[in-house]
Amino acid sequence: MIEIIKRTNIDFMGKRYIAFIVSGVLSLIGILGVVAIARGTANLGIDFAGGTAVQVKFDKVVTLHQVRTALESNGIKGADLQDFPSAKKVLIVLKKAGEHTSTTSAPASIDKGLSDKVIEALTKGFPDNRITVDSISEIGPKVGKRLRVDALWAVIASTVGIIIYVGWRFQLSFSLGAAVATFHDVLAVLGFFYITGLEINLILLTALLTIAGYSLTDTVVVFDRIRENMRVLLKESIDSLINRSINEVLSRTLITSMTVLLASIALFIFGGEVLHDFALAMILGVLVGTYSSVFVASPVVLLWSGNKPLMKKH
Amino acid sequence: MKKNIKWRFSLIALALAASFIALLPNTPVYKLMHKTYRDYMPDKGIILGLDLQGGIYLVFEVEGDKAVQLNAKRIAGSINKLLSKKETKAEATANGSEITIAPASSETRKAVEAAFPTLTAKEADGRLVYSLSEKEIKSIKENAIDQALETIRNRIDQFGVAEPVIQRQGEGEIVVQLPGVKDPKRAIDLIGKTAQLEFKLVDDEAALAAEIPASVKPVDEEEFIAKMKEKIPEGGEILFERHVNRETGEVTKHPYLLKKDALFTGEFLSEARVAIDSRFNSPYISVTFNPEGAKLFEELTGKYVKKRLAIILDGNVYSAPVIQEKIAGGSAQISGSYSMEEAKDLAIVLRAGSLPAPVNLLQNITVGPSLGSDSIEAGKRAALVAFIMVAVFMGIYYRLAGVIADFALILNIVFLLGAMAAMNATLTMPGIAGIVLAIGMAVDTNVLMFERMRDEIKLGKTPRAAVDSGYDKAFLTIVDSHVTTLITAAVLFQFGTGPIKGFAVTLSIGIAINLFTSLIGTKAVFDYLNSSKEVKHLSI
Repeated sequence: MIEIIKRTNIDFMGKRYIAFIVSGVLSLIGILGVVAIARGTANLGIDFAGGTAVQVKFDKVVTLHQVRTALESNGIKGADLQDFPSAKKVLIVLKKAGEHTSTTSAPASIDKGLSDKVIEALTKGFPDNRITVDSISEIGPKVGKRLRVDALWAVIASTVGIIIYVGWRFQLSFSLGAAVATFHDVLAVLGFFYITGLEINLILLTALLTIAGYSLTDTVVVFDRIRENMRVLLKESIDSLINRSINEVLSRTLITSMTVLLASIALFIFGGEVLHDFALAMILGVLVGTYSSVFVASPVVLLWSGNKPLMKKH
Repeated sequence: MKKNIKWRFSLIALALAASFIALLPNTPVYKLMHKTYRDYMPDKGIILGLDLQGGIYLVFEVEGDKAVQLNAKRIAGSINKLLSKKETKAEATANGSEITIAPASSETRKAVEAAFPTLTAKEADGRLVYSLSEKEIKSIKENAIDQALETIRNRIDQFGVAEPVIQRQGEGEIVVQLPGVKDPKRAIDLIGKTAQLEFKLVDDEAALAAEIPASVKPVDEEEFIAKMKEKIPEGGEILFERHVNRETGEVTKHPYLLKKDALFTGEFLSEARVAIDSRFNSPYISVTFNPEGAKLFEELTGKYVKKRLAIILDGNVYSAPVIQEKIAGGSAQISGSYSMEEAKDLAIVLRAGSLPAPVNLLQNITVGPSLGSDSIEAGKRAALVAFIMVAVFMGIYYRLAGVIADFALILNIVFLLGAMAAMNATLTMPGIAGIVLAIGMAVDTNVLMFERMRDEIKLGKTPRAAVDSGYDKAFLTIVDSHVTTLITAAVLFQFGTGPIKGFAVTLSIGIAINLFTSLIGTKAVFDYLNSSKEVKHLSI
């Protein structure tokens, strides 16, 4: 029998204060990210902020500087550029409809003709380089606003759903621990995207919600064992019971995370540019989710229960 | 016990067969099959989303307020017609959803309210003010959306797109999905054109007419209007004809001074088609009016012989020929400076009818076919690599049990694809991510069970007892951990748009199927191994 870890006896609960500091910092960065999103200072994708994105594929390799020059000499300023040199692809993002040209469109609608102008500018700027348009996304401010609101509701609905389910299956302190751990994971990944300046868009939101759902897998595994052990030994102190439970399930917590981590890594390396950031968020989410099931969820249960014996349930 | 195992294996075989049949349309085998067999097979399979097969996704907003304004204007027009027969100087004007008649008199009021029983007036400052009720405004807006949907559907049908999706979204929005269409500009023009066809008289008699230059540069257009604004006579307006020089591609704008009121509109139109002018070899559009329209057109052309009649579409003049004589037969030609393709689209738009109100484009997502196929390739590669990594890991770590889990994983993927095909679900790029993640999550179930079994074996249980209690004890943990992921998948399905919905679908089907394969599939294999002979050692 191969085992990643032999029977361990680590005092996880004893390290909870260190963990609280680490988690606190991670969450704080995430909260700063949320504030920045609310204030509109974060790097929001055009699906939330509104704007125009054009992805083109060149026959020959180009530099971002050349692309920028071609755009600016045709009056298109303030573009965010991102390249995928191996694929000879460049993504041109112009945020917030209405700021880049003086076109007079209805306030809710997209910047009419901006994508055509971008393509025209590139065709002019690279006369001996064939250009294929991979994708065009034009999103008006009204849609952007609605997606922001929808995203907020999605986060609230899934959090409430998870709290209710865990509350029903376990007891209140567990539900609270699970909720805190879930928030922690989502905030930590969001915080990473915020401070590294990566784009916060719909696909990241999808990853965050998936992380919220999946990070609970590990938490539930730990909680299940705590609950099971509670039924057998009532005399044991809570922190030693939680410690023992975590040690017992540690290998499966790590292995279940590892299989999803392997899949996410495959997606990150081979999944193409569309899923690149999604895969990155999943990798971070799985790592942080594993950490939080041990160092956030369970300590919160301990904190909430204090020194009272855990009530027997089920 | 043995019977039970047979039953479970049959169930798996059945599910496998069903999956393969459902997936047939997605395989090359389907094309090779004889038609008589094909008729008995499912015909769709998994549908590729717009992001994978390429296509255009558009969201339009119908300007409901404009529809209300137009409606009020129409009522004001009818009232004026009515009043012109009476001996009164009163005139009706529309402003937003209000119609004002001035000066007010009790006779006027009586006449108007007899003809329009739904209107009730407020009298103020010697004017009659009629406002449309909330209910009427709502129903006008509703009608506008329904009519816009119908018109857009018509236009797309005539344009010829395979399997378009045209549906209403929320309050006043219309979503249009055009798979395989590559040129967003053309599609947007075709759908977004209001196509309000109007015939207006050119005012050659006003003092200003002499000052109108032959052409202005397109950039000076607004400046020109501003300069002329003061001088435009009451009931007049300036509109432009766009002219493209065929050789140089240079665009010029020709201003016209027109009488604001349309003499005739596109509502009488019954047919529009493209014809070629043999003299210039340039396309024009020949329109035919219905009998009522034909009669009206004959009357008005008789009345205005030797005057210029401008043909206007959505506020742009196309041509302004001189009426040589009374035109009978109910047809007209719209010539202008456009290409064959533009002429074709214009004819479609005219035939399909005008939109009840202008529409705004809120969103345009266009994916080219090359990105779609790149994405599919990348997705396949990622899925394959994920499968190999996970399978190899399981095989090494759990040995025979791991191989059994790998067998379950393969079943899982086949069932997942089969279920998607049976439901005709749409596979999107995030959906592929869902499948790849599902590969990683699927073995979690087996990991939880195997770890339990190891616990039980350590406690000294026999292999059979270890398998049974391992499954029993892990069951609740597995359900709990799956449900939490399902909750977020359900939320994503509810709130997400196209591609994200695709992700939610694959992820949730993947999880549900995972429960089936691990609780029925791998368990059956273990039971079979345990039942054949007394197993002393479990390879786990």
